[in-house]
Amino acid sequence: MDLILFLIFAIIAVVSAVNVVVQTHPISSAVSLIGVMGSLAVLYLLLGAEFIAAAQVIVYAGAVMVLFIFVILLLNAGAETKRGRSFMVQLLGVPLLIALLGLLAFFVERLFPRGVSVRFGGFTGGTAQSVGKALFTTYLLPFEVTSLLILIAILGAIVLARKELD
Amino acid sequence: MDAFVVISLIKAAVIAFVLLTAVAYLQWVERKVIAHIQLRMGPYRVGPHGLLQPLADVIKLITKEDMMPSYVNKPIYLLAPFLAVSMSLLSIAVIPFGPTISVAGYQTGMQLADLNIGVLYILAVSSMGVYGVALAGWASNNKYALLGGLRSSAQMISYEIPMALAIASPLLISNTLSLKELVATQSGSVLDWNVLHRPFPQIIAFLIFLIAGFAETNRVPFDLPEAENELVAGFHTEYSSMKFASFFMAEYLNMVTVSSLATLLFLGGWEAPWPAAKGSNLIPSVIFLVAGLTALYHAAHPARQMDKYTLAAFGIVFLALAGVFVLPIVQSWLLPLFWFCAKAGAILFAFMWVRGTLPRFRYDQLMSFAWKFLFPVAMLNLLVTSFLVAWF
Amino acid sequence: MSEVPISWFLMLSAVIFALGVAGFLFRRNIITVFMSIELMLNGVNLSFVTFSYQLKQVNGHLFTFFVMVVAAAEAAVGLAIILTVFKNRSTLDIDDIDSMKN
Repeated sequence: MDLILFLIFAIIAVVSAVNVVVQTHPISSAVSLIGVMGSLAVLYLLLGAEFIAAAQVIVYAGAVMVLFIFVILLLNAGAETKRGRSFMVQLLGVPLLIALLGLLAFFVERLFPRGVSVRFGGFTGGTAQSVGKALFTTYLLPFEVTSLLILIAILGAIVLARKELD
Repeated sequence: MDAFVVISLIKAAVIAFVLLTAVAYLQWVERKVIAHIQLRMGPYRVGPHGLLQPLADVIKLITKEDMMPSYVNKPIYLLAPFLAVSMSLLSIAVIPFGPTISVAGYQTGMQLADLNIGVLYILAVSSMGVYGVALAGWASNNKYALLGGLRSSAQMISYEIPMALAIASPLLISNTLSLKELVATQSGSVLDWNVLHRPFPQIIAFLIFLIAGFAETNRVPFDLPEAENELVAGFHTEYSSMKFASFFMAEYLNMVTVSSLATLLFLGGWEAPWPAAKGSNLIPSVIFLVAGLTALYHAAHPARQMDKYTLAAFGIVFLALAGVFVLPIVQSWLLPLFWFCAKAGAILFAFMWVRGTLPRFRYDQLMSFAWKFLFPVAMLNLLVTSFLVAWF
Repeated sequence: MSEVPISWFLMLSAVIFALGVAGFLFRRNIITVFMSIELMLNGVNLSFVTFSYQLKQVNGHLFTFFVMVVAAAEAAVGLAIILTVFKNRSTLDIDDIDSMKN
């Protein structure tokens, strides 16, 4: 059951991720990216990270991607214009990508033997309670620094996007 | 394990059937309520008192020609209504309508799934609902639809923040994210409901939640995305037939979700306003008795010709219901269900009442209301609540 | 066999990260480039959560949480920059935004 769920959502994630890259229109890419984020949220649930799964959907899929779509609608961005790629890119792009993937897969296989496996319910320390406890004790300083970062980001966004006064 | 699967399937079928029927009749109720606010009759021709009107509407929508304009972006145009309606159906899955009951020897809750992050789940799913509207607006390739989609995405992001802050303060008092345990912490009398709970009554949070809920469901006075005198029909201008009906259904399903969530978070869910020992279990019977007697009285003095038969039939049905509520066998699950429906129904009535009463906001007013009034008030409320919870 | 080898999760995260890199390098629309960065961050988040499962510790979840928060802040500022760029140059093509080159 776990394996079937993993395979279904992993395939959805990979297909959507490929779609993000190959689609020429930004809104199609954005919709595919939402698909990636949604299926990753399901995989987080499989790994016992229920709070992170909810946060993934609320923050990433529900806020960040809405912002992206809002900007695409606002600018009425059209499809990318095709242009000739250089010869090297056409020839080497895909093989190099596959080489990178193969290298990564090789190291993952070498460094993580097949002994450890994941099943639903194997780790129950990802509840909202335990994440909250760690957030407000061990990670209190980073938490406060992030809140400061967000404040600065809000100010920056307002300054950048406001209309010129003069 | 097998019993669990079977029971879950049965529950899913029952909830889906009841919910979709209720949504169809919600539309009938809304037309009646608004008609009476405006001193009209409302639907009256199809069936007694227009009771078959929803059926007629459904048949009309299904048999209408399904038009697809040639200039739309097909995949996304088709995805948008599907997304809207499925996201609003998903959030119903975690809402409990009553306590744990035993059916034929099995203990089962009156909800599909009891998540221990239930509140977060609803927040997550409802935040995905905005895509239905935004993508529909974009894919229609129509300037009015695009404006509607833009307005709705900005509006929904803005109102989600006061809504989340308003949800957070009762959670501080109840100290759980599970919707079922949330109700358990509010049991007792009306003074234990989060809206009046010690140490800090959440009346302000309740009002903010309702206002933000109106905006999240694109209802009057916040229905800017479909403002018909500015934008034709807003984001669903280019949709017809069942695809239009999907958006329509999504709006009413969202209304049901928001009112159920408000009931669970603030109004004590399925708990009676005062203990059953002091007679709260007789209230439903009394209400149905009064309704039945009123209907029978009007059947005896008919204002219209058909009332002689229809109102008499309704009166007998109400009296029978009053009798059913006294039976001890069904009281354990029927009474919680009654209180839940009564509270959620009251909030749904407020939705309709506001639609019949208030004019629409202007767009800049809408935005400054969210950011300059609701957001600071919700923040302040959360701050005061957390201080009081920490002290007491 | 109903258990999933932990290396599969890491492999998936590697695939998503690599696709993010590919999008970042191949695409010309500035918004899509930005989305590819989000894709890379998502791939990394998955490996954090996987390590958290392997080590039975909650720390990986916290890292993921902070990455999400920073990504949200980044999106707000980045999209504001994109809006400003579009206002000044009325193009979203990163090849056309090259005034620093000469």
